[in-house]
Amino acid sequence: MLFLLCLLPLAWLFYAAATNQLGANPAEALIRRLGDWTLRGLWLTLAITPLRELAGLSALARFRRLLGVYSFVYATLHLLAYGWLDMGLDMADIGRDIAKRPFILMGFTAWALMLPLFATSFNKAIKALGAKRWQTLHKAVYAVAVIALMHFIWMRAGKHNFTEPAVYGALLAVLLGWRVIRRLRTA
Amino acid sequence: LPGARSAVPGAMVMDKPTSYTDATSYNNFYEFGTDKADPASYAHTLKTRPWTVSIEGECAKPGRFDIETLLKLSAMEERLYRLRCVEGWSMVIPWVGYSLSELLKKAEPTSKAKYVEFTSLADKQQMPGVRSGVLDWPYVEGLRIDEAMHPLAMLVFGMYGEVLPNQNGAPLRVALPWKYGFKSAKSIVKIRFTEKEPVSSWTKAAQQEYGFYSNVNPNVPHPRWSQATERRIGEDGLFAKKRPTLMFNGYEAQVGQLYAGMDLKRNY
Repeated sequence: MLFLLCLLPLAWLFYAAATNQLGANPAEALIRRLGDWTLRGLWLTLAITPLRELAGLSALARFRRLLGVYSFVYATLHLLAYGWLDMGLDMADIGRDIAKRPFILMGFTAWALMLPLFATSFNKAIKALGAKRWQTLHKAVYAVAVIALMHFIWMRAGKHNFTEPAVYGALLAVLLGWRVIRRLRTA
Repeated sequence: LPGARSAVPGAMVMDKPTSYTDATSYNNFYEFGTDKADPASYAHTLKTRPWTVSIEGECAKPGRFDIETLLKLSAMEERLYRLRCVEGWSMVIPWVGYSLSELLKKAEPTSKAKYVEFTSLADKQQMPGVRSGVLDWPYVEGLRIDEAMHPLAMLVFGMYGEVLPNQNGAPLRVALPWKYGFKSAKSIVKIRFTEKEPVSSWTKAAQQEYGFYSNVNPNVPHPRWSQATERRIGEDGLFAKKRPTLMFNGYEAQVGQLYAGMDLKRNY
């Protein structure tokens, strides 16, 4: 059910692109919206644990990995859309762009950090790594979220447009802040 | 708003005009919001009559010009200009108006008039975006006097044969086809001749990113992205390779001499 729900934004984007509903600059719209959904996916993934503990919805736990995997899928499509629609899949050009522009480097780093998490997202990997090590590895998602947010802020800094990054920033502060407080209380 | 085909060299490019829908729905006009669709959604609140433009500063004949007077000041011309946005996209727009110099000459600028400064309307009642702190309002832009006097520098009252839509800078704006789009101030209420170089709003907001000249230049990248290529709105398909950006947006033959001997990497 959630599996299909997560596909909905993607299906809508494909449909909008195919029927010319993405406005005057469809390439830009596609890249940005895929980025938006990556952030939303990550934030939702991070919201699972607090929601589970605060609202006692233990049933939510099984959705966490699925949401994480989807965040990676959207991040990959975002990267692919940038590489293809913006850079014409010119690998040398993309490499130069990543090296030269900090905000692109941030985005790429966040994606690269998600890669090992995605690669170890199936049950056998948990067994192979051992639950404890798997847990530690997957704490990298916090770094991913912070770097992804920096990527977003930096991108918007070009046009001084910080309203949306501020909203995402505040939400992330709550999500991570809750974890810090919990840690302090149990320590 | 009809205009006769312009005879100014370089005023009629061979490119295919952008569709009216794209040109009026994908706009940067932060006084109405930062989203490209915001100006088309919110600019209907802008009242373009009555409208006066005050001409001030280093000139013998300062004064206030009513929009009706400005419309009759010189013969309306239609010009097909390329428009290159600093963000990396471009359009081709049939503007209606006349050379900015026609108006500037009337004010008789003095020898101290080295620059021209444009101020746009900043009215919270009519412009919802002005309540946000994205820029230090009002929007200010400027040109060197020889740039402003160049025949291609255009004072615009219409586009596509019609009166300028609000989201495109009604009732009057400038169009400077060899510069990035943000240099072309919209909904102008004040024109001032100055001795010192004016500080543009975008330069004030981020000096290392938006220089005073901001001439279209494929060789000088913006700190966040390359300016070597551009996407032509409505024409370059989703998977098409972007087209190369031309020096001075293709107007080098007309405006190149304005910058002879200048280091364009430093004077970006």
